[in-house]
Amino acid sequence: MVATYIEAIRQGLWEEMERDPNVFLIGEDIGVYGGAFKVTAGFHEKFGDRRVVDTPISEAAIAGAAIGASLMGLRPVAEMQFADFITCAFDQIVNFAAKCRYRWGAAVPIVIRAPSGGGVHGGPFHSQNPEMWFVRTPGLKVVAPATAYDAKGLIKSAIRDNDPVLFFEHKGLYRRIKEELPAEEYCVPIGKARVAREGRDLSIITYGAMVWTALSAAEQLAAEGIEAEVIDLRTLLPLDREAVCSSVKKTSKALLLHEDTRTGGMAGELAVTITESVFDYLDGPVVRVTAPDTPVPFSQTLEEAFLPNAGHVVEKARWLHRY
Amino acid sequence: MSATETISTIEGAGAAFAHQSLRFTLLMREIEDRIERKLYRQGKILGGVYVGRGQEAISVGATLMAEPGDMLYPSHRDMAAFLVRGVSPGRIFAQYMGRAAGLTRGRDGNMHMGDMNLRIGAIISALAATVPVAAGSALAMKYLGMPNVTICWFGEGSTSLGHWHEGMNFASVQKLPVVWICNNNQYAYSTPMSAQMACVNVADRGAAYGIPAEIVDGNDVFAVSAAAKRAIDHARAGNGPYLLECKTFRMTGHSAHDNADYVPPALFDEWSKLDPITRLESRMIAEKWASREEIDGIHAAIVKEVDEAVQWAENCPFPDPATLLEDVYESE
Ligand SMILES: Cc1ncc(C[n+]2csc(CCOP(=O)(O)OP(=O)(O)O)c2C)c(N)n1
Ligand SMILES: [Mg+2]
Repeated sequence: MVATYIEAIRQGLWEEMERDPNVFLIGEDIGVYGGAFKVTAGFHEKFGDRRVVDTPISEAAIAGAAIGASLMGLRPVAEMQFADFITCAFDQIVNFAAKCRYRWGAAVPIVIRAPSGGGVHGGPFHSQNPEMWFVRTPGLKVVAPATAYDAKGLIKSAIRDNDPVLFFEHKGLYRRIKEELPAEEYCVPIGKARVAREGRDLSIITYGAMVWTALSAAEQLAAEGIEAEVIDLRTLLPLDREAVCSSVKKTSKALLLHEDTRTGGMAGELAVTITESVFDYLDGPVVRVTAPDTPVPFSQTLEEAFLPNAGHVVEKARWLHRY
Repeated sequence: MSATETISTIEGAGAAFAHQSLRFTLLMREIEDRIERKLYRQGKILGGVYVGRGQEAISVGATLMAEPGDMLYPSHRDMAAFLVRGVSPGRIFAQYMGRAAGLTRGRDGNMHMGDMNLRIGAIISALAATVPVAAGSALAMKYLGMPNVTICWFGEGSTSLGHWHEGMNFASVQKLPVVWICNNNQYAYSTPMSAQMACVNVADRGAAYGIPAEIVDGNDVFAVSAAAKRAIDHARAGNGPYLLECKTFRMTGHSAHDNADYVPPALFDEWSKLDPITRLESRMIAEKWASREEIDGIHAAIVKEVDEAVQWAENCPFPDPATLLEDVYESE
């Protein structure tokens, strides 16, 4: 059956709730209303108040309650209405959930779903990519699927995982992409990248919505005879360093791409990973294409200038190819 | 003669106040109707649109009672705070259309705007995060010996956040000159009051922080202004914070994309009979402060003013992408 990205997340949640009675949903307006983006539309009807918990506007309570319930053996899936408001739950996630296992051996099997990303004229508070706030917190897992297939497979793995998982779903992909999903059940393992496109000349390493930007750049480059490989990280923490390095070993050139802002972005970690492990294979500098170091602007002219696009990637890739 | 100057002399009553109130409630209504029902649907507005239809008396009544030096932190349903302080409708349209002439120069949209020259703070989108900030502005007023107060608005749903409770408690412990105004429109997105809190009134929460609290008819601009005056006087006299819960109703969906099918239609019917503008006009006619013809003339003038403002905004340029990197920090 063909499913959009948002439908794939719904399916994953639905199947896990049917499979395991301890899985439940918690968040704002997720019940009868079905959530701000309608990810959970129909869930309340099927699973009822007990398993679809509508909360007051209280992100700290949502995250904290999810943690507390998970300590008792439940498997909560919490929704942030927008990833941006995860700031209100920061302490619970970073100071408590992330450190429970290490401090006192307690498992915190929670999932926090966070609709993130720009390109929707959301402005500074409804467009951010806050993944790196969490990627630098040991004890958390951070997932950012790019495809419908991975969105479904990864939400299922996230729910089954015995550690806290942050699930960044890109708002811009919800209804923009679709694909045929297998009829039979499947999971996608956390911590494994995938080759989204094979190529020999350079590696574009990215995640989330930027995978599509990379693929469209790769197509343009192919028309010029440059074969780019596209690596979709899928999970940011733990990072699949092996997949990154083996692609760079093959192509000898790395272009890192993310929608998140530049300083302290994923590209920094990837660059060091590459130079530490496969420096001798490199035939050029490791380069990056990212959003600039500004808040996400609202107006279309500014946001267009802010977001990385295929044109930027093609230009940088040509330069790197010639190097 | 500024709005605020006139009003503080007549203390919330009389023809002049009524006329001021009518102008600003009507202007807010017309601007928001135009944004939500026309420009948004025409694709000329970027991003989300949240309007305060039916709630206009709250921002109008309270802002008219404030002194120009008082600091305001309006919520996303309090547009009139900007109008009373003199922001032109054209700049508001420019803001919603993402134009360079908007208050945030295209950096942010809709009611996410502010201007320190006018002493209006821009919303922090994370609800209630503005509450401790308002406490801080009040702290500065006390610290600097200013004769001013801070007014901070929020919805009833926002009182569920930790920020809200921290800000209330802090302001009370420090006896800060701040007036808290809750727009209790009975819904927070799709969530009704009953699923938001287990107490019946937001005002009930005042006692927990030792803050005097009042329940106010939020659809009566006279009631709002009289209560705001009491609250402001209390805070200005150094007696600490004061909480007003203005009961009202959100006469729309949460935002322009939300049809509010979860709200029982009877509630809309019931509250439409309590429309603050209709009530204000009836009172004006009854008190002989204005005739129906005069009021109709005011309506027509406002429609014309808004027509011109829309046109002005549509002719304003979008921000130059070359300015993208400016103003993250102070420039040399
Ligand atoms: C911390 C946080 N969580 C969620 C949201 C999304 N959101 C925006 S407005 C809103 C409802 C607000 O309700 P209320 O405070 O009653 O104000 P109203 O919109 O009814 O005026 C929600 C949930 C947000 N802005 N901030
Ligand atoms: Mg409300």
